[in-house]
Amino acid sequence: MDLIKHRYLYFLISLIVIIPGIIAMVLWGLPLAIDFTGGSMLEVKFDAGKAPKPADVIKVYESLNISDPQVQSSENDTLIIRSKYITEEIKDQVVAALESKFNSKVEVSRFDTVGPSVGGEVANRAAITVGLAAIGILSYITWAFRKIPQSYRYGIAAIIAMIHDILVVVGLEAIFGHFLGWEVDSLFLTALLTVIGFSVHDTVVVFDRIRENSLIHRNVTYEKVVNHSLVQTLGRSLKTQFTVMLTLLALVMFGGVTIFHFSIVLLIGIFSGTYSSIFNAAPILVVWENREWNDWFKPKKQADQTTPA
Amino acid sequence: MGRNNINLILIIVLLAAVIWIDLPGNPGIQIGNFQRSLQTQLGLDLRGGLRVLLEADMPAETQITVDEMNDAKKILESRANGLGVSEVVFQVAGNRRIVGEFPGLTNTSQVVQTLKQVGQLAFVPMGTKPVPEGTTIKIDYTQVGTKTGTIPENKLPETTTTGTTATPAADGTSTTPEMVYVPLMTGADLDTVSVGRNNVGKYSVDFKLKETATKIFGDYTKSHIGDTLAIVLDNKVISIPQIQSAITEGQGQISGNYTVDTANDLMVQLKYGSLPIPFKVATSQAVGATLGQDSINKSITAGIIGLILVVLFMIFSYRLPGLLASLALAFYAALTLALYKLIPVTLTLPGIAGFILSIGVAVDANILIFERMKEELRAGRTLRQAIDLGWSRAWTSIRDSNITTLISCVILFWFGNTFGASMVKGFAFNLALGVLVSLFTAIIVTRTFLHVTLDSLKFTEHPRWFGL
Repeated sequence: MDLIKHRYLYFLISLIVIIPGIIAMVLWGLPLAIDFTGGSMLEVKFDAGKAPKPADVIKVYESLNISDPQVQSSENDTLIIRSKYITEEIKDQVVAALESKFNSKVEVSRFDTVGPSVGGEVANRAAITVGLAAIGILSYITWAFRKIPQSYRYGIAAIIAMIHDILVVVGLEAIFGHFLGWEVDSLFLTALLTVIGFSVHDTVVVFDRIRENSLIHRNVTYEKVVNHSLVQTLGRSLKTQFTVMLTLLALVMFGGVTIFHFSIVLLIGIFSGTYSSIFNAAPILVVWENREWNDWFKPKKQADQTTPA
Repeated sequence: MGRNNINLILIIVLLAAVIWIDLPGNPGIQIGNFQRSLQTQLGLDLRGGLRVLLEADMPAETQITVDEMNDAKKILESRANGLGVSEVVFQVAGNRRIVGEFPGLTNTSQVVQTLKQVGQLAFVPMGTKPVPEGTTIKIDYTQVGTKTGTIPENKLPETTTTGTTATPAADGTSTTPEMVYVPLMTGADLDTVSVGRNNVGKYSVDFKLKETATKIFGDYTKSHIGDTLAIVLDNKVISIPQIQSAITEGQGQISGNYTVDTANDLMVQLKYGSLPIPFKVATSQAVGATLGQDSINKSITAGIIGLILVVLFMIFSYRLPGLLASLALAFYAALTLALYKLIPVTLTLPGIAGFILSIGVAVDANILIFERMKEELRAGRTLRQAIDLGWSRAWTSIRDSNITTLISCVILFWFGNTFGASMVKGFAFNLALGVLVSLFTAIIVTRTFLHVTLDSLKFTEHPRWFGL
């Protein structure tokens, strides 16, 4: 089985997934939740059958001079209303107004409010967190692989695979955000960071085999060593992926609304993480070893001759 | 007795302890100072409640000391007691934020009102019939010239008559709760406060009055020896010391049955009365109890189904070792839950998700070992060799992959901690704990199970037991 041969095809598949996501991000931006932008989210439950139409709720908000209300209907006569930052006092006014206008008891099942100062800082710090995680992982891998030449390459390849997974997850989130109203909140951030952890976890298992094999088979080409390692770890990669997917599927199907979004993001991310460690991280090592970029811009025939090995 | 048998016995002993801890209705542990009730702690998202992130309302460049934050936290805690709910938790998050968690409460306005209430300290003459400690009384602060809630700048009772007008009221026989007391002095009159020890070695709180208050206090104490001068914080009587002698130097001592800690708490309350730093509500989250109960039921169902699916898959693809691994996995789950109760870990929804994911990590370690074992068996090794080789060869990848996961966990935890984002923190902590426990089960438990069960078997006679 030659897994390395079609490496450019794998890269292409990755790009096909990533590029629409990037376009979505540029066109529509990321659907940041109040955790990052500041604002308020009020989830209210009405008496059975009494949940009003979103447009009517927006009118109530406008009459109280609260800007940017967005109303989302949910199951069980529940409405989720997002708006600019409001204080507790104003929330009480809103609830009272809803009760009198729609003639129903209004139960507040959730009220989140985030001041604008915290929001911006969280977004900033999240970026720093991801950056720090990348540096920590890069340093550790470079150290753990120090016995084989150019160990930093392994760290960088793992980081590229990690960025791949971040782009896949964030890009799809941008698309889902536009069409399904999903939001980037701190749970999403948690999911993203888990994906990063698992992505590297997977990559390290593959690289560990390359490390072992390249110390044993010194006379074989690097490409063959990498391919051999991939084939050897394929069973484990697929099985582990499958078990993690099983637990995540259980979360998606039975975990309830609150973590549904979280679980879906993890599901996508874990899949992407396994894909990238097999089909991106390891092939990148080969591309780097062969310095294939020297051939990328040469006439096509020549490039084709160098790729198969 | 071989090493494996010793390990097996240790595992069984540990398992017994773990099951005892996991059982509901466990009486708890009490060994000397070490006490654990062993109740499962549920986070606010699961049992409903309110979470408020308070932020210092000061320019960003202002330096706030750790002591100031800790004092503010203590004051907030004592104010929150007025809410009448137990298990209110305050935590300092980062340099300028404090998170407060109020289980069971969803009325944000009420909580914020209570927290914003200003600490007002008053010395109230109570004559010889003081109300008991803990009583809430009414105080007319306008009589001492204190109109705003913050400690006024050097504002003093205009005349000593303020003190004496209070006396008949306080001395009066009709000491009803409706009575309005007039304080002698307020917190504004204190110059310094410190914890001291009196001549019999008991802890006390020493204070020194500002110059202007010294005379008033001196005059009052001279004529009221034997009377009680109640110390009232936010209209609640916190201490009822008796005047034992005239205090003309402006120095006094509040003694009672204080320990270092209680004396220190009182000192902080006297010193600041109001918060050392102004705070504003930066974020708040309220979760209704029904939503929480719904979430907990669903995630438990999800966890059980996930675990069953994983066990089925392991047995299907690895046969006998898969069955052993499933046992190790059950051990892993039981041990982790026991640790949650022991530490104790507050379970939140993301925390449960972190736990369920860590099951994946634990399974991965087993899969890595078994895949390696299968390779060694195919290469013609004996079972015993295959177990040891499979284990030792898989170990480097288990180690390195888990360390990278741990690195992410540490950074996530730090991130969660600075923002008081307890969800992120809980997730990172549970995942990290899960990774560490899974390393233990992979190294010790799975391996011992394999050796104990398989060493006497001949692989060649039962290849199908191993899925080969």
